[in-house]
Amino acid sequence: MKVVLEHLTKQFPARGRKSAEVTAVNDLTFEIPDGKLVGLLGPSGCGKSTTLFMICGLQTPTAGKIYFGEDDVTNLPPENRGVGVVFQNYALYPHLTVRENILFPLQNFKGKDKLSKAEMDRRAQEAARLVQIEDLMERKPNELSGGQQQRVAIARAMVKMPRVLLLDEPLSNLDARLRLQTREEIRRIQKQTGITTIFVTHDQDEAMSISDEIVVMKLGVAQQIGRPQEIYDDPVNLFVAKFLGTPPINTFRGRVTGGRLYIGEDAVLTLDGVADQEVSVGIRPEGFVPRQDGPLHCHLSGVEVMGRDVSILSTNPQSDNPTVRAIINTESRVGTASETVRFALKPAKVLLFHRETEERIPFQNGQAL
Amino acid sequence: MEKNNRKAWLYLLPAILFLAAFMVYPLIDVFIYSVEEGYNFASQTYFDVGLYNFSYVLHDPYFLQALKNTLLMVIITVPISTGLALLISVGLSSITALRKLYQTIYFLPYVTNTLAVGLVFMVLFQKTAYTDGLVNLLINWFGGESVDFIDGPYWAKMLVLCIYIIWVVLPFKILLLTSALSSVDESYYNAARVDGTSSFRTFYKITLPMISPTIFYLIITGFIGAFKEYSDAVALFGTDLNAAEMNTIVGYVYDMLYGDSGGYPSYASAAAVILFAVVLTITCINLLISRKHTYY
Repeated sequence: MKVVLEHLTKQFPARGRKSAEVTAVNDLTFEIPDGKLVGLLGPSGCGKSTTLFMICGLQTPTAGKIYFGEDDVTNLPPENRGVGVVFQNYALYPHLTVRENILFPLQNFKGKDKLSKAEMDRRAQEAARLVQIEDLMERKPNELSGGQQQRVAIARAMVKMPRVLLLDEPLSNLDARLRLQTREEIRRIQKQTGITTIFVTHDQDEAMSISDEIVVMKLGVAQQIGRPQEIYDDPVNLFVAKFLGTPPINTFRGRVTGGRLYIGEDAVLTLDGVADQEVSVGIRPEGFVPRQDGPLHCHLSGVEVMGRDVSILSTNPQSDNPTVRAIINTESRVGTASETVRFALKPAKVLLFHRETEERIPFQNGQAL
Repeated sequence: MEKNNRKAWLYLLPAILFLAAFMVYPLIDVFIYSVEEGYNFASQTYFDVGLYNFSYVLHDPYFLQALKNTLLMVIITVPISTGLALLISVGLSSITALRKLYQTIYFLPYVTNTLAVGLVFMVLFQKTAYTDGLVNLLINWFGGESVDFIDGPYWAKMLVLCIYIIWVVLPFKILLLTSALSSVDESYYNAARVDGTSSFRTFYKITLPMISPTIFYLIITGFIGAFKEYSDAVALFGTDLNAAEMNTIVGYVYDMLYGDSGGYPSYASAAAVILFAVVLTITCINLLISRKHTYY
């Protein structure tokens, strides 16, 4: 089932005289292809959860349309949309066993949709098998670990065979190790069932690792929509560039003069297609190559060795961040004796942004100096 | 560890002394009095030890009347007040406009003096030489006959007393239930909505189990409170409750000690022990049932 959002807007009325009306989601338009896993990514307060709640029908949009396939579901109540929702805190009913929790949605069916008891049991068993919790069916939720509760919540959402599965911050209540495991699990379940899945997260790592597509949001506005690697390599603005990637991108104040990119007094790249101007320069941590005669001079402040990677920490007067972090592989060891470290840059890992608007400035034929 | 233990006991000493002197000792004393026949305060003497006091009390028509009254009040007021409080709380939590105002109104009886409330009920129900009372005016309006609620037939007096008790205990129950209702996580209701759960099923299958600990707490304390009923009867019918046929067990105990026919600590103690046994039994049954029906 393809999901289409058209000019979706949600405004919350002002609370009291002092506060203004809040626009949580502003003119959001995108299409989620059938059977894809899509992550809504953004910092807290960017409207991603509101978007999810509008898709599942718990909140009504102020303006705009939502389509499931060809059906306009904008004004349908949640139960008629055929959505399964996994809530952030799972919302498992604590007084019911796992089996009763999974059966709960099926017992709501009325009239011609009503299922026989045997059919309900069969569907519940099937859902339990999908998330591999068959041996936990008689337990109460508080006897389960966080990861198991998560699985039960997914089973409960899947048991009524929804057209769209929605997950609100599915991993935020899990510890780091479970998180890795569970996101693989979500990926597996989505692949196995082929159900169109939308999940909300503020963790770019999470979004990057399992999504087919990512929608990056900021203050209610979609910034960029695309495949994770695409967005990472080719962000449309500084916000997106900063939000994706760990460790985050390094940014510098720079300028372009006569086809050369300067950071301070150091000319670091030659490039075409950019008029002379002041720019913000974003350099991914993996974009630095330490070299005796590298053009970029930084003041060495430390070296961190972490397994196969070495981080070189340094400072530069033009940097927006207090430290510049460069990640290099262990083979190209850097001499730590000298105070100054010099880098050459990989042109593909250098991104230019407009100093004021923070929009991306594309360039061609970048050459390291 | 040993040293800590001694310290802990030292810190607990003031409380233990107070409890021992004013709670444990009197409790034991009541049990002792209850088996000492014909105990006399002044001479500190008694004739014999045995169960005669219990036999006397259980054969005393005044006690049997008090027992009947108390049981009736318990059976009528506890379910009705709890059910009504639940209904009102659910109503209160589903409205947004004027909610604070209604909450205040429903809470007012809690901070109002029992005797003052009794006066108001008099105005409403009492039939005097000058007026039949507001409720009787209402009954007349619908074509009914005036009833003397304060000095009249037994059922009328019991009715007024029950209404009075329910009205007095309602605010506390509403307070606890509204806070219990508001502490149910919103996401349970969202999950139920997404699954198309009817509002009746949501209430019956989700809300009720979630607030069941509070409900059972209210039922248990409601039983105990209703068994100890006394002051409300006094507020309505005066201190001579035996004459009004409206005495309660606690009232009987008081009368036996200090009333006009008083001065019998042995009988009073025996009645108190019987009350204690009844309340203990009911509370144990309540706890057993509630353990089976609450999920934690």
